[in-house]
Amino acid sequence: MIVQQLSVFLENKKGRICAAADVLAQNSINIRALSLADTSEFGILRLIVDRPEEGKQALTDAGIVVRVTKVLALTMNDTPGGTLGVLRLLSESGISVEYMYACVGKTTGKAFMIIQAEDLENAEAILQRNGFEQADLSEL
Amino acid sequence: MGFLNREYECMPREELKKLQDERLKDTVRRSYENVECFRKRMDEKGLKPEDIRGVEDLHLLPFSYKQDLRDYYPYGLFAVPMKDVKRVHASSGTTGKRIVVGYTEEDLDMWGECVGRMMASLGVTDEDIVQVSFGYGLFTGGFGLHSGAEKVGAMVIPISSGNTANQIQTMIDFGATVLCCTPSYAMYMGEEVERLGVKDQLKLRIGIFGAEPWSENMRRQIEEKLGIRAYDIYGLSEVLGPGVSCECEAQAGMHVWEDHFIVETINPETGEVLPEGEPGELVFTSLTKQAFPVIRYRTRDICTLINKPCSCGRTHIRMGKPNGRTDDMLIIRGVNVFPSQIEEVLLRVSGDQITPNYQIVVDRVNNVDTFDINVEMSESFFSDDIKSIEKLERNITEQLRSMLGISAKVHLVNPKSIVRSEGKAKRVIDHRAGKI
Repeated sequence: MIVQQLSVFLENKKGRICAAADVLAQNSINIRALSLADTSEFGILRLIVDRPEEGKQALTDAGIVVRVTKVLALTMNDTPGGTLGVLRLLSESGISVEYMYACVGKTTGKAFMIIQAEDLENAEAILQRNGFEQADLSEL
Repeated sequence: MGFLNREYECMPREELKKLQDERLKDTVRRSYENVECFRKRMDEKGLKPEDIRGVEDLHLLPFSYKQDLRDYYPYGLFAVPMKDVKRVHASSGTTGKRIVVGYTEEDLDMWGECVGRMMASLGVTDEDIVQVSFGYGLFTGGFGLHSGAEKVGAMVIPISSGNTANQIQTMIDFGATVLCCTPSYAMYMGEEVERLGVKDQLKLRIGIFGAEPWSENMRRQIEEKLGIRAYDIYGLSEVLGPGVSCECEAQAGMHVWEDHFIVETINPETGEVLPEGEPGELVFTSLTKQAFPVIRYRTRDICTLINKPCSCGRTHIRMGKPNGRTDDMLIIRGVNVFPSQIEEVLLRVSGDQITPNYQIVVDRVNNVDTFDINVEMSESFFSDDIKSIEKLERNITEQLRSMLGISAKVHLVNPKSIVRSEGKAKRVIDHRAGKI
């Protein structure tokens, strides 16, 4: 399923990730999954949180640049080859992945994959057609 | 140690004054006849060239400014027909437009002599090999030192700046005995020499360094690292280029060649001439320059003049190291940088991408100037896409390099994150004080 992700701009300065995490903690917003992309000059922190709109507001109020972006979240088997199955399908369908990150869910044997692709709706449809389960975010 | 032109360099002051009187009158007359900007200012003051009878009337003359070079860009201040101009040099002005200066053959010869006098006083002769690691090109550094070295008959290695490993290898292979560059670059090379452990392979004995501020402490360190004696040279393109004033073997201030220039220090607020020994803004008047004479040119450099006899025997007045500016110009890696130039570049970038707020941070790390510019990204510009942000950074970096001639590290920062005091952002943070 397509879910909302928070993308947070991080200046290349000490304590920036900490500052963002602090704002979320103070507003009782729970981080479900995260990934950090960094370049030599800046970083982007990508977060799946329980209340994205509130999270966005809290970060913006704290002077942190944040965008809500859409990503695909899906469930897969937490076994060798689980990731490969998803990637092979997308590759064979001609969909390029911009970035992705994964985490292990609360339910034993399940893992979650967050994917950013150029044609998100199409990617979602293809995955659904091929039997990939939509992630239940409460499982994250 | 040596003299290139002992008669003039050691001329008794009374005689020197007479020479200046004559040359000043000539410069005023030539400028009045040929330079519209100067003529207008004289007319506004109700002055005619014949009202200037000598150096004692200098204070009556109007000042000239860097802005004049922009207003009359490129050739409007030249005082000779273009066919007599044999070379131009240029440097960056306070904003995009460059400033241009010109030289006749006579001017180029005089320039070589000014630098050559310094070389001779340090004992540089036709036995020496001079490595000129100042940039060659429109910048006056490379050519200025080059012509001085030729004047004393030395062999020149016109290597220009950059590529440190190659600089050091060349110095060793070619047996350079004299090194000319910016002091921070000399320091950097000194450190490389230390790291490579090749000091004993160097034949260097003299260093001539200028184009940026440096301290006595830095001098001692460079001398130690390269095994040389290091000397200071001062100049600016508008007045001549390097060589307007030069240290002699005494290392006790830079002699202003008074047969070619008159120097004054003034109160930058009131324009009033200060007594010698009081720090003020340096103002130069050229006495022999043909293509681009300057009259009471405001350098914006704050400095103190020393009018005591020098142990070297030269009678010409000395100046201390410039220790400040009356404007917001920064000297970074030897290059003049004005915040207004940076502002101009940033204003060209779309407001949808960045805000007009920026901050320049200058520091000196391992004796090399660092130059960082923080730019506030617009709230609306940020997306999840790394490439578009990197592209914006690259675009700003490129435009700045082409405007300034040196590279700055651009950092995009959060909007409203640049600290403002009383509603106004502090544009420049210079951490170099005490490190130079």
